[in-house]
Amino acid sequence: MLFRTLADPTRRAIFERLCREGEQTVGALTARAGISQPAVSKHLALLKRAGLVRDRHEGRQIHYSAQLGALAPLIDWTSQMAGFWQSRFDDLEHLLKRMDQ
Amino acid sequence: MNNPSGETRSVVVEREFAFPPDKIWRALTQPHLIEEWLMKNDFMPIVGHRFNLRSTPRPDVNIVLDCQVLVVEPNRTLSYTWAGLGLESVVTWTLTPTRAGTHLRMEQSGFRSDQRQAYGGARSGWPRILEKLAQVLARAS
Repeated sequence: MLFRTLADPTRRAIFERLCREGEQTVGALTARAGISQPAVSKHLALLKRAGLVRDRHEGRQIHYSAQLGALAPLIDWTSQMAGFWQSRFDDLEHLLKRMDQ
Repeated sequence: MNNPSGETRSVVVEREFAFPPDKIWRALTQPHLIEEWLMKNDFMPIVGHRFNLRSTPRPDVNIVLDCQVLVVEPNRTLSYTWAGLGLESVVTWTLTPTRAGTHLRMEQSGFRSDQRQAYGGARSGWPRILEKLAQVLARAS
């Protein structure tokens, strides 16, 4: 299911945008996807069925966000997060040098 | 870092700093200082306190993590849950005084590790695609 859903490059690009940029509306996604809104909605429905995105209704708008947990079986989160924390440690060290005693 | 039981895994990052524990504790627990090295936040060093970590890489983009304080032992241990984008884990900071300053240890635990090998042997482009995706996700988080 995950593989089949992400195999489509357009669908994968939509998912990557949600991962990179956080929650977005269908309209915002359509504006930069280069395909029609119904086509974007169809891709989002398939991503949702695979558990890769979640929708949230707010008034007349539907906001979509990526669900990274769905990728847990596929990705080595430990090495990804290790890189994240190493750079946070660097920033912490810079801060400590700037701080007063 | 691998857990042989295969249930969950954790990531550990450790470093020694030439500063005393109380100074590092302030950087870990005061909101305006946390913001300087981690993210915007409404943290309070009170067990049970719920807070958010927020990152705004662009004006129209909001990344929000839901967290709750689990352990507060001043200058020694700080632990909180860390959840967002469908991933859940626990972050624990441990400060140990050393002759030159402080040994700081961060452990993030709770990653599921099941079935990761499922795609490993594939000859398709999947490993590369997932690697690229993972880099995107790491930057996002």
